[in-house]
Amino acid sequence: MATKQQTFGDLLWRRIVIWVPYTWLLLFFLVPFAIVFKISFSDPIVAQPPFTALFDHTQNLLNRFQGTLNNYLFLLDDNLYWVSYLRSIKIASISTVLCLLLGYPMAYYIAQSPPTRRNILLMLIILPFWTSFLLRVYAWMGILSTNGIINSALLWIGIIDEPLQMLYTNFAVYIGIVYTYLPFMILPLYANLERLDLDLHDAAADLGAKPLQVFWDIILPISLPGIVAGSLLVFIPAMGEFVIPSLLGGLDSLMIGRTLYDEFFVNRDWPLASAVATILLLILVLPIMLFQRMQVSGRSSD
Amino acid sequence: MVDSKNNFATTPDPQAFVQIQSLSKDFDEFKAVDQVNLDIRKGELFAILGGSGCGKSTLLRMLAGLETPTSGRIIVDGDDITDWPAYDRPINMMFQSYALFPHMTVEKNIAYGLRKQGIERSEIDRRVQRMLELVQLGGFAKRKPNRLSGGEKQRVALARALIKNPKLLLLDEPLAALDKKLREQTQFELMNLQDELGITFIVVTHDQEEAMTLATRIAVMKEGQFVQTGTPAQIYEYPKNRFVANFIGTINIFDATVVELDDSGLTAKLDHSEILMKAHTDSAASTGDKVGIAVRPEKISISKQLPMGENITTAKGVVLDLAYYGNYSIYRVKTESGLMVQVSAQNRQRSSEHVVEWDDEVYLSWEQGSSIVLLE
Repeated sequence: MATKQQTFGDLLWRRIVIWVPYTWLLLFFLVPFAIVFKISFSDPIVAQPPFTALFDHTQNLLNRFQGTLNNYLFLLDDNLYWVSYLRSIKIASISTVLCLLLGYPMAYYIAQSPPTRRNILLMLIILPFWTSFLLRVYAWMGILSTNGIINSALLWIGIIDEPLQMLYTNFAVYIGIVYTYLPFMILPLYANLERLDLDLHDAAADLGAKPLQVFWDIILPISLPGIVAGSLLVFIPAMGEFVIPSLLGGLDSLMIGRTLYDEFFVNRDWPLASAVATILLLILVLPIMLFQRMQVSGRSSD
Repeated sequence: MVDSKNNFATTPDPQAFVQIQSLSKDFDEFKAVDQVNLDIRKGELFAILGGSGCGKSTLLRMLAGLETPTSGRIIVDGDDITDWPAYDRPINMMFQSYALFPHMTVEKNIAYGLRKQGIERSEIDRRVQRMLELVQLGGFAKRKPNRLSGGEKQRVALARALIKNPKLLLLDEPLAALDKKLREQTQFELMNLQDELGITFIVVTHDQEEAMTLATRIAVMKEGQFVQTGTPAQIYEYPKNRFVANFIGTINIFDATVVELDDSGLTAKLDHSEILMKAHTDSAASTGDKVGIAVRPEKISISKQLPMGENITTAKGVVLDLAYYGNYSIYRVKTESGLMVQVSAQNRQRSSEHVVEWDDEVYLSWEQGSSIVLLE
């Protein structure tokens, strides 16, 4: 009898442990998204709340549903949104590739270092998170501005005659995004490369592979899960990035995050903003699902 | 004393296929491999035997090109390959961890070496197929390594190392990861394979039994140097010093002092006793030298009657311990002078009762030729 109660208690605990995160996600992710999704089918009005109700209970059953696809049609219609989406995808993609190119050698180097140095290097990667993100972006404004550190130094050396326009350009946006999200690329890559068996390296060399071939044939394929995880961790937040393009970017760096912000807070068009957000989510869910599928198929073929 | 260390260096073998000449590897102040010389003939199955940290793996990695020697040369089949990169050497290695590529199938693992050589697709397929049959892995071609057992992994690793027909195959503890039964079986498979292919093998191992059964010759290694090189029988029957004698098999070693020299050998008096032992020796001992006299347990006979004969050493004692193994028994006998002697004897006669029992008074005896004189 006692053991039966024990197992019942275990089961209960297991349920609680599993359901806590699920409840969290349900409450703070799925429900808000459902609300946003619902609003995206309404019309904007000047009222409180600033959108029409989806169901008009005064109407008969057939006409109760008052939803509209106008917002989505408008997104298709107006170039502004398409351009923002595409620019976001472009900036996020290029930033992800830059993070990968910078982060891979760093992660590899850290993984190959002796343990004491490894811990110091990892600490250095994580250290910037101890300062406010906004503060660090403001610091970049100081570095990149027309009378900032870089321009002053270049002018003083005499390489340039007049300050370079770096701030408020796409260049500054890339710097900001790569700088901010690089640790998100390095950490999963490091976790992956740290487990790499060095004998595999030796075995490939022994079988006739030159150093570059060892990397290409052995190390790269084995670290692929780390590459994908790191890329998603950079791409997803970079896609919806709002602060960095607002502070460092110019007029031609309008990303979807900024568009979304403007619709909500400047135009107060909640239904359209909700439609923008829904489409953004769809764009982001796609690569995540691909990753999931790759992991599942990778596991089953193991 | 001098010749015992350097006699492999001074007589180069004209038929040597692999020549290792004063090879050293220092890690900072630590000499992992210290002035090693070795000649190996074509088709030999040579074992390097030593405890952990003796430098045997470093030596193997230098042969493979995975470690750069501090000094010395490596010559294989007339080519000085000391400065060749690993990927250019006609040498392949089977790693202790097997180091199979986890993302490739068995087939792709085995084919890897040939693909890097740029060999034609159909030719690769043909040779991989043949190799799969040779190591009896025909049905496993499409499997990934993590779905193989230890023995299967070992055979894939072997096939992968053999497919390029290397001039020299290096095996790092090839049987260490297998259980006892599989080990014995694999050991014979390995020997047959080596015989069939005629490739020169160098095996590194810490297991003296493995080295004895596999190898045509053994080098015993300690602190970066070869202590003794020879056939398994030479190493077992004529160990050069106490380290080798103790490392290979079981042995009784008695401290003694040389009292007399004659044509057939020497006579030594065991310390703390009056027993005089006669032993053959080629080494230059002189009267008054402290030596070790060693006798293998199976060379000693045990009986209740005083044995008679020429040139034998006898000692009287009491049986303290007896271990019965069926085909043979091991006795631990304490002699009158207080020495502990281990004796092993075949149980030739069928009997449910032991001929010699606990606390029996017994006579131990062995021939003069069975005693080994150990100078160091």
